[in-house]
Amino acid sequence: MRKFLVLLNREVRSYFYSPIAYIVLVFFLIVSGFDFYIQISFMNQRPVAYSVQEAFFNSVFFWFAFVLIFPLITMRLFAEEFKLGTIEPLMTAPVRDWQVVLAKFFGALFFYIVLWIPTLLFFVIFQTTTHQAAANSTGAYLGAYLMLLLLGMFYLSVGCLASVLTKNQIIAAIISFCVITLLFFAGLAQYVVRDIDSTTRQLLGYFSAIEQMGTLSRGQLDTRPMVLYLSMTIVMLTLTYQVFQSRKWKL
Amino acid sequence: MIKVEHLTKRYAGQPAIQDLNFEVGKGEIMGFLGPNGAGKSTTMRILSSFMPPTSGRASVAGFDIFEQSLQARAHLGYMPENVPLYKDMRVTEYLNYRAALKSVPHRRIPERVGDVKELCGLKDVEKKLIGALSKGYRQRVGLADALVHEPDLLILDEPTSGLDPNQIRQVRDLIKNLGKQHTILLSTHILPEVEMTCSRVIIIHKGRIEACDTPENLLGRIRTAGGVRLEAKVGSDNGTAELKKIAGVRDVNADDDGDWKIFSLRVESGADVREEVFRLATDRRWKVRELSQQRATLEDVFVEITHPDEA
Repeated sequence: MRKFLVLLNREVRSYFYSPIAYIVLVFFLIVSGFDFYIQISFMNQRPVAYSVQEAFFNSVFFWFAFVLIFPLITMRLFAEEFKLGTIEPLMTAPVRDWQVVLAKFFGALFFYIVLWIPTLLFFVIFQTTTHQAAANSTGAYLGAYLMLLLLGMFYLSVGCLASVLTKNQIIAAIISFCVITLLFFAGLAQYVVRDIDSTTRQLLGYFSAIEQMGTLSRGQLDTRPMVLYLSMTIVMLTLTYQVFQSRKWKL
Repeated sequence: MIKVEHLTKRYAGQPAIQDLNFEVGKGEIMGFLGPNGAGKSTTMRILSSFMPPTSGRASVAGFDIFEQSLQARAHLGYMPENVPLYKDMRVTEYLNYRAALKSVPHRRIPERVGDVKELCGLKDVEKKLIGALSKGYRQRVGLADALVHEPDLLILDEPTSGLDPNQIRQVRDLIKNLGKQHTILLSTHILPEVEMTCSRVIIIHKGRIEACDTPENLLGRIRTAGGVRLEAKVGSDNGTAELKKIAGVRDVNADDDGDWKIFSLRVESGADVREEVFRLATDRRWKVRELSQQRATLEDVFVEITHPDEA
């Protein structure tokens, strides 16, 4: 456990040593802030049936920024170590492969969570200036941020897998961007199926992150996406671990 | 301390090392010598558990490098070739991190890191970013890292490559000192380094061990044991022709230095032809300004073993 924490500490620090972290933080803050502003401006013009918080988490802007951050967070995780050769001192120290994989994953997750903290301020500022509730209930906040956490874990684990496959960060970024985009928009494939009651359409609907977010950000805590994303994260991390320790295969 | 049995590694079918067998005892400084691509780094990477051998087994401090990899790694300090380091960390920070990673007890970390910084001469750069350090200092950081958990065994892959002569001497002295407490396996293609620091030498060529002995014995073993150097004015004589007639002389090379001729004589092993050369020079009334015996160096051993045709 101590070694895991030592590794995690180094992973988290390394984010804040690199300019990429600050670029991502600023970029994300601008886009999400702009999204928030647009949503409120829109609501100022006409009455709507949803809350500020729901609008914020379900807009196009939001999803656009969302999909883009994962490759940026994860591309360097393993690829950089392979490229610089620092993997050699790392893996010849008495550490286990899974400790390294988990430290990198949780390091990325930590940064991802840091990325979201400022968005909480949006709602605080909104409520103090307008004296109106930004969401219908506390559960709505909980649901939305839980969904972000779950989906984030899954996509970060996809990014880990992409990064462990190559020593080139750009290639890792492209792989994870393509896979995450496809996974994300796979849910839209349900609209291709004409028959609304068909099983295929319903099945595809289960995988739609957009629909899941719609549900959770209303405050309905649906357990299906929780199980889906947690189990998929475990699958992706297991694959990452397998690829990572494949250098030890006797070929 | 190290025991290697029938170690073989193939990359995509191509053998990098074949059937290596050797042992390194406690307190030895073993030199690993060979041309580039001979399999030195491959062997060291296997011994440090970075990658597995295709077949064969090896143990470090009594622990199998594959079955008990963690224990084996805990007992060795490894410095990879070119010393890859995190450039975004500061020297002390990096060493603290490495010490913690290598299970140095929390309370002992400041002491250990202080010691290795002192030992490797890193005190004046301890607050600098590793990325801003010169190659020589990075090498020292790598060495400090290898030493920080007080390993029984040090594996150093080309510890002096890319350093200037002063830095090489410093690192060499450091290694010699470390040899008093640690077992060391170091690779290099700089021969004087091995001659000066190592108690035993393994010469590896094309993935096979060609020789394994003390530097002295290796020198004794080679056929072209040194030679004789003669600088003389030979007047109207040819010089080379006369010198070649002396028994024991295998070959003569002549160079001009103004009026002077510089002869390099290769002689049969064990033969001392200096007396004969002197007699010849006095008989022919040559003016001599130098007559000296050249000792065979490991360089000769190396060339003889790795390029037998040219020797």
